[in-house]
Amino acid sequence: MRRFIERHTFWAIMILIVAGIFLWMIFAVWPDWLISAIGRKKTFVNTFLNGLTLAGLYFLVASGFTLVFGLMRNVNLAHGSMYLLGAYIGYEAAEASGNWFVGLGAAFIAIAFAGILLQVLVFRRMEGDDLRQTLVTIGVSIVAADLMLAIWSGTTYQFAPPEWLFGAAELPIISTIRSSGKEVFLKYPIYRLAVLAVAIAVGIALWLFLNRTRIGMMIRAGVNDRDMLAATGVNVQVVFAMVFAIGAGLAGFAGVIGGTALSIAPGEDIRYLLASLVVVIVGGMGSVPGAAIGALLIGLAEQFGLAYFPTYGVVLTFLIMVVVLAVRPQGIMGSS
Amino acid sequence: MANISLIAGKGVLPNIHPAAAITVLFLLFYPAFASDFFVFQIGAYSLVLGTIALSLVMLAGYGGMVSLSQLTVAGLAGYLMAILGHNSVGVMGLGWPWWLTALTAIFAASVFSALIGAISVRTEGIYTIMITLAIAVAFFYFVRQNYVIFNGFTGYAGVVPPTLFGIYWRDPTPFYYLSLAVAAFFFFMVVYGARSTFGLSLQAIRDNPRRMRAIGYDVTLHRIFAYFLSGLIAGTAGVLMVWFNGRISPGSVGVDVVIDILVIAVVGGMRHPIGPFVGALAFVLLENFAIDLIDRERFNTVIGTAFLLVVLFSPDGLLGLWARIRERLRLRKHPQSDGSGVH
Amino acid sequence: MIPDSRTLIAAAIAAVLAGPAMAQDDSIKMGALATLEGAFTVLGEDSMRGVKLALEEFKYTAGGKKIELITGSSDASPDSAIRATRKLVEQDGVQVLVGPLSGSEGLAVKDYAKTKPNVTFLNGSSAAQDTTLREPAENFFRFGTEGAQWMAGLGEYVYNEKGYRSIAVLAEDYSFPYTQVFGFLEPFCRLGGKAPADARFWVPIGNKDYSSVIAALPDDVDAIYVALGGADAVNFLTQYEQAGGDLPLVGGSITVDQTVLGSKGRTRDFVIGTPSAGPISDTWDDARWQKFVEAYKAQFPDGFPSPSLFAHAYYINTKAALLALNEVGGDLSDGGKKYRAVLSGLSFETPTGMVKLDERRNAVADIFLTEVSEGPDGNLLNKTIKVIPSVSQTLGVSYDEFLKYGPVSRENPKCG
Repeated sequence: MRRFIERHTFWAIMILIVAGIFLWMIFAVWPDWLISAIGRKKTFVNTFLNGLTLAGLYFLVASGFTLVFGLMRNVNLAHGSMYLLGAYIGYEAAEASGNWFVGLGAAFIAIAFAGILLQVLVFRRMEGDDLRQTLVTIGVSIVAADLMLAIWSGTTYQFAPPEWLFGAAELPIISTIRSSGKEVFLKYPIYRLAVLAVAIAVGIALWLFLNRTRIGMMIRAGVNDRDMLAATGVNVQVVFAMVFAIGAGLAGFAGVIGGTALSIAPGEDIRYLLASLVVVIVGGMGSVPGAAIGALLIGLAEQFGLAYFPTYGVVLTFLIMVVVLAVRPQGIMGSS
Repeated sequence: MANISLIAGKGVLPNIHPAAAITVLFLLFYPAFASDFFVFQIGAYSLVLGTIALSLVMLAGYGGMVSLSQLTVAGLAGYLMAILGHNSVGVMGLGWPWWLTALTAIFAASVFSALIGAISVRTEGIYTIMITLAIAVAFFYFVRQNYVIFNGFTGYAGVVPPTLFGIYWRDPTPFYYLSLAVAAFFFFMVVYGARSTFGLSLQAIRDNPRRMRAIGYDVTLHRIFAYFLSGLIAGTAGVLMVWFNGRISPGSVGVDVVIDILVIAVVGGMRHPIGPFVGALAFVLLENFAIDLIDRERFNTVIGTAFLLVVLFSPDGLLGLWARIRERLRLRKHPQSDGSGVH
Repeated sequence: MIPDSRTLIAAAIAAVLAGPAMAQDDSIKMGALATLEGAFTVLGEDSMRGVKLALEEFKYTAGGKKIELITGSSDASPDSAIRATRKLVEQDGVQVLVGPLSGSEGLAVKDYAKTKPNVTFLNGSSAAQDTTLREPAENFFRFGTEGAQWMAGLGEYVYNEKGYRSIAVLAEDYSFPYTQVFGFLEPFCRLGGKAPADARFWVPIGNKDYSSVIAALPDDVDAIYVALGGADAVNFLTQYEQAGGDLPLVGGSITVDQTVLGSKGRTRDFVIGTPSAGPISDTWDDARWQKFVEAYKAQFPDGFPSPSLFAHAYYINTKAALLALNEVGGDLSDGGKKYRAVLSGLSFETPTGMVKLDERRNAVADIFLTEVSEGPDGNLLNKTIKVIPSVSQTLGVSYDEFLKYGPVSRENPKCG
């Protein structure tokens, strides 16, 4: 952190200023000129929160993707299929057991297992051949999408989360002051706040796991130099399988989280695959903090785009990607 | 990326193999005995798709850059045909003469391709596939949302080739020969281009970019120029594509079609420029007749499985499979000869 | 390297063997085109049920000839629809074709129809206006109604009965919702209602996260008109409830239909009372509709609980094709001229009332005004409020007058 401030003083100041402006815009009561310039405060703050929570969801999906890439140089383009499959399996489990949390656990475990299978049966056989591995994942995603369509049809599924997670909460943020002088507080869906909390928790857990445990240390060593790690006598294959399990499991986990916040339907696999791609390209391949930053940028851009200029909102995220690539090809946190 | 090492510099013509001669004759006289449907929707369409896939094979096979935005480049050319030339939708349609429209469209597509190259070649290898996929999707979203230039979701219809020398070039047989001429032209360009100085240095860069950089080659510029050339191929095929369909809309440049092009190239084989055409023919036949054989519902499972099998077991596609079968037959005939001649 | 000539030779053999197959004298080839792959597969399958229901009713014979059904599939893109159509017409040699499913496919097939004057095309369920309104094809018939017609009566209803004066619009950003918004707003605005352009929100199709759009919706309107379909609608409704939205809703034809109300997950009681309109009404107690539903259920136990509007549209068009074949005694030898003359004048009883064609071969038929209500076993369904009789494509005004309204778009009608 200190090194960053020393080396990029200008950018550090800019970031602070922008953060300050955002905080002021969230907590202050808006003067009239601001409202006439960009509309109601309710829209702005809601959009900002939506951006944050969507970023949380994107982080959950993309962190697994980037983790796998970081260690194995493996671009898993079937990551979106794992998200969707996790969501469907989670739905079935939640329906059968009547408990949403069972669905969440089942999705994680089932997809982690699927990830191990993919690693052991397919990727291990073509180690070092990045392109072929990637092509295989494309094939897997084509077939998986079609088979899922065959099993679960085109119907839209939505989870029923526990009742206490549904509905809206009143936030200690003043939306507007009525002419009578009464303060109107902002309402926001509880579940989406929960998504953000889960994403932060997973982020911290991943950080602790990578930085404070022995296995995490091995993984980081593997990211830096795979051959050296193998030379120290570590069974690299076990580490690989484990990382793949965690990465895939996170995708399945995110499937249930995202399927509850939004819904599950065919096509979601491609959507989240693309979101992950853009997030990690922007944030830097292989970097978990990069995934967090990328998710934040993309989530906010998508929501502000949707609220303020819906027509081209979708294109905005890709514009960010192209700009980042032009300025810093390895991504914001990527190592060159 | 040893698996797509191309048989650089082995031409087709020096000693014409009988099979090659038969193929040429067959292609030339095909419309004489095939029905209009087979000439147009199977023959010409395979050639058009094959040409788009050829632009990918050129990049991937000789340059080691697997770009998923080749269809996007073709799509831009197609859109420009509708925007600059004539269409029946009543949006844009600037009414330029067909030759100017076509030349501009192809050139613009090549520049667009070079731009994509400029964005993606600065990163290494496997990033390319992700970045070009993201660009392809961005283009799809953009044309779907933009009504002023691209007419949004509806897209354009009524884009037809001109009537020249008293021939309406959209009629099955003329269009077939047009596609055949374009495909053959680019096929031989790629075959011979591979032996040119540029082609050879591109392959050297593919095999060892670091060394090439060290001996003073501008690796980035070479790669971007390769993108430009592949844009020429894809753009020309894009013009044919929009003439074939008579229309273009966001669905024509969607993710699934983008993936189809990759499937065609990989299934056909990236070792030789004939591969994409073999792949395209197989794909088009399957697309048209799968419904008569199996339930169309699971078409994507069939396509995906075929693709998976090829990637898993025959990295060189159908071509590689054919080569291997031949090799085995020859081995059986001459047991003492060694079997190391595949690569 | 030797080009793989085997594959080419195989293709050649296939080409020689499989030239356009001519129908035998005692049978007529009929094609049916629907979306049997991709995300809309479920809808395409139900469309095919409609086709088979009609064929079964006629025992697969019409005009004394056997009807041979050949199916084609698209992935809902116009390109694929054209390729499938071309194969059915030029390779399989169908003389009558029913399809396609979606709007932009319909426009593409209409254009193709102009190049095949001897083949007769009947629409499936595609509901774009211009398939028949502007530059129609002589041999393209639509016995089902289209998107703007489906909204008939809804604008008047919410203005007069519900008393709404200003309305915000939330719709997907492509031609079908434009058509629906046009059909709804045109009468609503003529009566004096307001729906200014800055209160219309056009979201990309396939958008799942509506939370920010919901936050941007104005509070000072009486209701929100929502024209979203399938998963998009399900997402919007859930998120609107979650965000504590309390404005009443008005639904497009596929916003509160069975696929949305019956989706897996939470029940959405707050949509009770949402008015909507469309070509069918699930719970219409008329004997003709009930009989249709019974036949559907009996023949397709694995189908939907009741036929969708896709099955209904394909059924009607197939039935029209067969009735006209009966009338000409299966004689299509003149390139179908006589057949199409009969079709143009055809008028018959459907499960949803009488249907006849206007001079551009588009249906004039009844439209149902419905409201979401709670069924006896707690599930949500659409109750029939009113049947709007004989809705024409020009919504009651003359053709020339109607053309002055201009093509559907984000801003049509202005209504500021």
